[in-house]
Amino acid sequence: MEVRVQNVRKEFDRFPALHDVSLDIASGELIALLGPSGSGKTTLLRLIAGLERPTAGKIFFGAEDASEKNVQERNIGFVFQHYALFRHMTILENVSFGLEVRPRATRPAKAEIRRRARELLDLVQLSGLEKRYPSQLSGGQRQRVALARALAIEPRVLLLDEPFGALDAQVRRELRKWLREIHDRTGHTTVFVTHDQEEALELADRLCVMSQGKIEQVGTPDSVYDHPQSPFVFGFIGESSTLPVTVERGDLWLGDRPLGVSGVEGNGPAQLYFRPHDIELVEADAALRGVVASSRRVGGTRRVELELGGSAHRVEIDLPFDHPAGERSQISFRPKRWKLFPAV
Amino acid sequence: MTRLGRFRQPSVIPGFGLTFGFTLTYFSLIILVPLVALVLRSTGLGWNGFWAAALDPRVLAALRTSFVTALIAAGVNVVFGTLIAWVLVRYRFPGRRIFDAMVDLPFALPTAVAGIALTAIYAPNGFIGQIAAQFGIRIAYTPIGITIAMIFIGLPFVVRTIQPILEETSKEVEEASATLGANRFQTISRVLLPSLTPAILTGFALAFARAVGEYGSVIFIAGNIPFVSEIAPLLIVIRLEEFNYAGAAVIATVMLAISFAMLFVLNLIQAWSRRRYGYGS
Repeated sequence: MEVRVQNVRKEFDRFPALHDVSLDIASGELIALLGPSGSGKTTLLRLIAGLERPTAGKIFFGAEDASEKNVQERNIGFVFQHYALFRHMTILENVSFGLEVRPRATRPAKAEIRRRARELLDLVQLSGLEKRYPSQLSGGQRQRVALARALAIEPRVLLLDEPFGALDAQVRRELRKWLREIHDRTGHTTVFVTHDQEEALELADRLCVMSQGKIEQVGTPDSVYDHPQSPFVFGFIGESSTLPVTVERGDLWLGDRPLGVSGVEGNGPAQLYFRPHDIELVEADAALRGVVASSRRVGGTRRVELELGGSAHRVEIDLPFDHPAGERSQISFRPKRWKLFPAV
Repeated sequence: MTRLGRFRQPSVIPGFGLTFGFTLTYFSLIILVPLVALVLRSTGLGWNGFWAAALDPRVLAALRTSFVTALIAAGVNVVFGTLIAWVLVRYRFPGRRIFDAMVDLPFALPTAVAGIALTAIYAPNGFIGQIAAQFGIRIAYTPIGITIAMIFIGLPFVVRTIQPILEETSKEVEEASATLGANRFQTISRVLLPSLTPAILTGFALAFARAVGEYGSVIFIAGNIPFVSEIAPLLIVIRLEEFNYAGAAVIATVMLAISFAMLFVLNLIQAWSRRRYGYGS
């Protein structure tokens, strides 16, 4: 099922949470809404679900205008960050609930409901726990029950609100891989909200990066990572270092020092962004030269903080942890890949 | 001490011996000793004398009035107390805090004052009593009046036990129910109320216990007609005024036994549902 969000605006008590947002979600894709807290990502998800009504704008499910439909009629599956399981029901009853509450005309027979619920518990690898209560399960298991419960109603769209936010790192990684598998097997159009860029980059077909109630950029994880369209996206997705530079006759300058990067268009002050690992160490004069301010090893890399231009600017670069340059007190380098944005 | 020692787990929580000893002593002095004295007093009549006093028709009628009205009052309180708790927790409206504070008034008011106020309203010439009289219903001086007084004093117990549990039950659970296609009625009857069951039971038990023991507010509105609107606590006072201390103790012992049995069963049900639902997690 395609979902089209068209010029949607949402205000809470006159406080705008979303400004004029439009987003097309293709059928069967797994898309991540990514952004810091307060960026409006959860609000957008809840608007798609029908848990909130838009102040203006429309939401289409396929060709059908869903804006006026309430949450029950939209037939969506929703997974909450804190599971929201029914604690007085067994796991099997939780998963069956969506089918049990259907009106008599469309409700499957009792045995059929049981069978489907068991099938779903099998899909989420929880067979054998049917008779348990939610309080007897671990966080990861609870979230899998929540997913099975959402899938039971054969939703047109699956919506997940920070589904792994309350779990510890190990379980998160496992569930992430597992969610991808489930998605590939069932083929539901899936939208999930996260503030964890690693999760979004690993899991999603496409990212929708949001900030302050607006969509900053939509694209595949690789294109968003490699070609960020705004300073916000560059800073939010992946690591970044930034320097105020000047463009003059096709060369980049930091103060009176050339960076050894040429063939640049434009003229005047600009903001240079680069990834800490997208650099090369050089011995030439035409390069950035910095004094090592601090250096610490993070797993297989060494992160070095450099002071440039007499401690006016600080940038971070990554070296292999056993690189001899890590011992020096001064390092010269040049960004291999970089992007210029207008000066702030 | 060696037997106690077996319960004694190594623990960083301080003062097990001291606090446990204090608890036992205090519990004995405040609750156990008076109750035992009560039972002993009632046995002073001997086996036959005890049953003669307990099965006296007037006593039986008073016990029935007390327990039936208390059960009805607790039942009514559970329904409307739950509703009030739900409104207070889920909605924000002007004056919410004032309503919230007013719920506690029956706790604070001297019960005799409440009784007089209720009688003034529900007596045949009172504000509501007049209206009811037109339909041929007498409220004051009948079990209906007793029930109303008991509802009044029992309400805060129900509201105050359900409120915190409801606050803890996240709105997300209701939203989850809606996303699964449940309508409002199904969400309330199949999701919200069952998850409140333990709290509702506790509220019921408290309101019931309070209503059974209530004296001050009831006697004014009850009219205290033997066999009709005489409650057991009043009969105890009457026996005391007749200097029939053993007779009073017999009625009290019977009340104690029935109340204890009922509260014990309610507690068992609660413990069972708590184990099932992993209460509070």
